[in-house]
Amino acid sequence: MIKKFIYLEWKAFIRSASFGKNLTMKIIIGFLMIYFSLIFIAMGVGAFYVLKDMHLEPFSTINRFLIYYFLFDLVIRLLLQSIPVLNIKPLLILPFKKPVIVHFSLGKTVLSFFNWVHALFFVPFSVVLAIEGYNISGIIFWNLAMLSLIYINNFLNIILSNIDKLFIAFVVLILVLGGAQYYKLFDVTVFTTPFFQGLYNINGLFIIPILILIGLYVYTFKYLKNNLYLDAGLSVKEDIAETQNLAWLNQFGTLGTFLKNDIKLIKRNKRSKTTIFMSVLFLFYGFLFFGNSHQPAVMHIFAGIFVSGGFLFVFGQFVPSWDSSYYQLMMTQNIPYRGYITSKWWLIVIATFLSTILASFYLFFGWEIYLTIVVGAIYNIGVNSHLVLLGGAFTKTPIDLSNAAGAFGDKKAFNVSAMLLTLPKILLPLGLYAIGLYLNNKNLGLALVAGAGVLGFVFKDKVFSLIEKRYKIEKYSTINAYKQKS
Amino acid sequence: MIQVNQLSKKYNNTIVLNINNLEIPKGQSFGLVGNNGAGKTTFFSLLLDLIQPSTGYVKSNDIQVNTSEKWKSFTGSFLDESFLIGYLTPEEYFYFIGDLRHQNKADIDALLAKHEEFFNGEILNNKKYLRDLSKGNQKKVGIIATLIGNPEVVILDEPFANLDPTTVSRLKKIIKELAENPNVTVLVSSHDLQHTVEVCDRIVALNKGEIVKDIQTSEETLQELESFFAV
Repeated sequence: MIKKFIYLEWKAFIRSASFGKNLTMKIIIGFLMIYFSLIFIAMGVGAFYVLKDMHLEPFSTINRFLIYYFLFDLVIRLLLQSIPVLNIKPLLILPFKKPVIVHFSLGKTVLSFFNWVHALFFVPFSVVLAIEGYNISGIIFWNLAMLSLIYINNFLNIILSNIDKLFIAFVVLILVLGGAQYYKLFDVTVFTTPFFQGLYNINGLFIIPILILIGLYVYTFKYLKNNLYLDAGLSVKEDIAETQNLAWLNQFGTLGTFLKNDIKLIKRNKRSKTTIFMSVLFLFYGFLFFGNSHQPAVMHIFAGIFVSGGFLFVFGQFVPSWDSSYYQLMMTQNIPYRGYITSKWWLIVIATFLSTILASFYLFFGWEIYLTIVVGAIYNIGVNSHLVLLGGAFTKTPIDLSNAAGAFGDKKAFNVSAMLLTLPKILLPLGLYAIGLYLNNKNLGLALVAGAGVLGFVFKDKVFSLIEKRYKIEKYSTINAYKQKS
Repeated sequence: MIQVNQLSKKYNNTIVLNINNLEIPKGQSFGLVGNNGAGKTTFFSLLLDLIQPSTGYVKSNDIQVNTSEKWKSFTGSFLDESFLIGYLTPEEYFYFIGDLRHQNKADIDALLAKHEEFFNGEILNNKKYLRDLSKGNQKKVGIIATLIGNPEVVILDEPFANLDPTTVSRLKKIIKELAENPNVTVLVSSHDLQHTVEVCDRIVALNKGEIVKDIQTSEETLQELESFFAV
């Protein structure tokens, strides 16, 4: 019976809209995946030596912070990992036994990206530990325990996913614990480190997380099995709707009409709501670069672009897919493409502008740093906003708005043409800034980047005509692709 | 109003639609009947420039639909639920379409008030998003939304499907009323011969993409169609 399920899953996978196309694309995708995996693996390997360099005992330091690692993992899961509920419905009336259905859907979550991505860190890290002379059996037991903890998070997410906004509680928990530790009020790691360390040192302690995992699986299984009804576990929660007029936007004409719609789109759908959350995360991206002497100076502009560009990258990247479920409607209404694109452009510009203002806390690092961010924002508005919209013409992956999963590197949302368009978004300003640095004049570099942004802004109308043309050419294949619901 | 010339649509050498010549005069109420796969939705999609013709063209009010977009301002259409925006409430949806068709809020409110009976109290002020409405209620919203802005061409694909009997008879009344207006051309497709005969002046039957019948509605039409489709 399981064979039948796997058959269904396989078909679903290979028949999705963006899969297939042509061989070159597949090869490029393959290379990119290998490339990113290598980066993660390098991080796993590097962690050991970087920590050692900082005169810390690597293994116990990692153990110390594991509590935060797993808490953070749970937050990410609550936000982004969703449970495949809809695919279950057609199976209910077929001669499958309920336990089989539940085991299978739980088994499916086991293979999720959110689980195996951890292996990319833990496996190379463990290999390094083994090479550096740590006890092999200890490492294996420790890894088994880590695996169990990852899957405990996996099943916790399933049970807890019905509770709204729970992730906020966990974020607060992390902030409180982290803050208390930073100000030396209360150090939670004092209690947790011995446990994580013990998983390695004490033979047999690893049984505990495994037992918890088994218990949790049994509980989740029973919970889902008892709720396998259309009006219980399989029901989709209906929100209480409220009509909003947002009449103040009427003064902007057609543009206002679209903006109204986009605001509602973002507010009322899980997937689009996470883009706001991600944009806020991007705001803090600069901390990795500014005031960090390990990073080359040229990377400052890189950070500058990302700090204000969060919304641009996570929302703009998927225009017009946000409207995919009603794209046919848009195409039969009395709207010029230009108006549609312009409204998206304004949305991106407004968000970039707001991010830049919010990012003013970077002034603590000095006005030069903030200037870099402002320059990045100018470039984002002048050039990158056009590039994401142009990339949108090639984005043919329908977005299921109600589904939160997939905001992170979903296989189905992976699009090479759109990927290639991300390169100039980052490489061009990086190059311009590097020229300035090469000539030993940082301000020249900034001026070059800002100049490119202004230039893009000046030629806005021309670029828009180009984008409009592209959208028109792609219209029919886009409509066709959007008809395929995932 | 609508002229079809040498229109065909092929997918991988399979011809799914082939109409040599078809003219729908202004003000006519035009019914399209046929079995599944006869090409009804394909025809409407071509009319709305949602797919590209393999050969030929469609002209709506002398505008060739796949080269100019001017037809959009006088055409209202509803093919399926993908014409609805799930995260809006019905009211917001009507106002949104209204904005696009340059109607103000009062115009929309008047239209909604006129069709209050059709909504049967299940649509407006219900604190539900469109995505949470039942199929039938979604259809009601889509159908009324096509009427916004007094379009000259109204295209409805399978409007009678999924509706309860009361709503079906109310919908027939609405379509008949539209048909009486000499400026409005109504195009309706359906599997249901009786409903179509009741509301349309002219009926065209499609079979495997070809026009097999083209009749002005009369007393005998229903019987003629029934015997045609009976195997």
